[in-house]
Amino acid sequence: MEKKAIRVAYGEAIVKLGAENPNVVVFDADLAAATMTNGFKKAYPDRFIDCGIAEANMVDMAAGASTMGLIPFCSTFAVFAGRSYDQIRNGVCYPKLNVKFGFSHAGITLGEDGGSHQAIEDIALMRVLPNMTVLVPSDATECYKCVEAAAKIDGPVFIRTARLPSPVYEERPFEIGKGNVIKDGKDVVIFCCGIMLEHCLEAVEILKENGIDAALVNHHSLKPFDEALTREYAAKCGKVFTVEEHSVIGGLGDAVASALCGMGLTKFQKIGINDEFGQSGKPAHLLEEYGLTGKQIAEKIMNA
Amino acid sequence: MDILELKDVCRRVRRNIITMTNKAGAGHPGGSLSATEAMVALYFDVMKGIDPKDDKNPTRDRFVLSKGHAAPGLYGTLCERGYFGPEEFDKFRQLHGILQGHPDVKKCPGVDASTGSLGQGISIAAGMALGAKKTGNPCHVYTIIGDGESQEGLVWEASMAAAHYGLDNLTVIFDHNKMQIDGTNDEVMSLGDVGAKWRAFGYDVIEVADGNDIEQVLAALHAPACPGKPRLIHLHTLKGKGVSFMEGQVGWHGKAPNAAETEIALKELEA
Repeated sequence: MEKKAIRVAYGEAIVKLGAENPNVVVFDADLAAATMTNGFKKAYPDRFIDCGIAEANMVDMAAGASTMGLIPFCSTFAVFAGRSYDQIRNGVCYPKLNVKFGFSHAGITLGEDGGSHQAIEDIALMRVLPNMTVLVPSDATECYKCVEAAAKIDGPVFIRTARLPSPVYEERPFEIGKGNVIKDGKDVVIFCCGIMLEHCLEAVEILKENGIDAALVNHHSLKPFDEALTREYAAKCGKVFTVEEHSVIGGLGDAVASALCGMGLTKFQKIGINDEFGQSGKPAHLLEEYGLTGKQIAEKIMNA
Repeated sequence: MDILELKDVCRRVRRNIITMTNKAGAGHPGGSLSATEAMVALYFDVMKGIDPKDDKNPTRDRFVLSKGHAAPGLYGTLCERGYFGPEEFDKFRQLHGILQGHPDVKKCPGVDASTGSLGQGISIAAGMALGAKKTGNPCHVYTIIGDGESQEGLVWEASMAAAHYGLDNLTVIFDHNKMQIDGTNDEVMSLGDVGAKWRAFGYDVIEVADGNDIEQVLAALHAPACPGKPRLIHLHTLKGKGVSFMEGQVGWHGKAPNAAETEIALKELEA
């Protein structure tokens, strides 16, 4: 299967968007080679603004530029969502300005740089902001669609992307606020987002070998969130699991929990980073250390 | 409008500041009174394309009140300029009012940016100036920052970027009233040589000895632009200017006058 890093897809998508819409501009903070905005920089040097190593200023300058009719895409590491949070909150979301955030290297699979750089809280930070749309593409194809959709929304949009190459799946229908049933099933349902799709597909296979017919639902849109689909599959399968490369606090797991509130389900488990920071290591080793490989996900579901 | 008329607008704006903070029982009169001449000069003389009937005109000059807590000064000025009537002062800081505790671009006509989280306004203004250059918009962007505000690191990130991008369509007005919530700047966090710091950051700096003298303020704001450089206008001002018992008093940073104090203040501000 073809593999491509979601951040690479982001870089390609904004170049394409730049060709279609002259108002699209890119703000970066000395990370163009990593966030993959260097393609845009090369194609449209006049529309690429390097803000230097100053993420807070990048966000507020983008906010100001958006009031002149431009559509800024701010790009940096997801961990700096925290560093520029006041600017995202008060500078962009409060006045509902048309600024997009393509924040990359999210989660523990950032790898070797370690816990200081591994964002495990960015989805939580972004979900709680009024006016913010939060998208977590699970592969390159979905990332193109997230970028296209973000440009059509008049308001702030956060797109979380991952560092490493991951499988590119067949094209699926894409709509903001709508999840996708990847595989139907009846015994348990797994809700996932981002690069955990790959590992959940593996888990589904292992479960099948063990006589468990698992449904798998991918949520690329964390906010707005497809509560209807979530409730439908929770009711149908009875046992609910959520899998994310993010803290179990405030992310996909909590979005699902909120959707299911009042349904009376008792089998519900959040699988993710258990309220701790990451550490240096090879991404594959880190996934194993934090219990996020397909095999470990399947075991957790079978043992629940 | 001649100087005498502008001075009278300043007087009326000061009355508005006292009236609305008294009605709300809260707000920031001290730093509103120190920045009054700057805002009146901008809205009544300097800024181009300003029209209360068309407050979204794309090529109008922009104003960002980076020291957003001086909102009473901005509201008092916008009211005099005709953006809304004085009846709105009754709802300053009240539920469903357009005059929020800090300026809200979504609620108040004439406001160009939501501010209040210090340090952000200058960064937003720099982004506006950059955006204007990128889109060929001839507008000029003005922002007022506070002295205490310049303790925020973001002020210096924005300053560096504005100089780097040669934003000569940006004017930063530094309201140097020497005081902040917990005391004087020197007691809380010394600012050092303000002019030298901004010059070192690449700004064209104009010193104004009395930032509460509208003629001096106008002269600085009308000084020809310095191509390729953003401008800093360093206004030496007096906190609480125009109300005898508020002048030079730290305690009036964020305190509203009571009924008796309001009566005295309004009497001092009579024509």
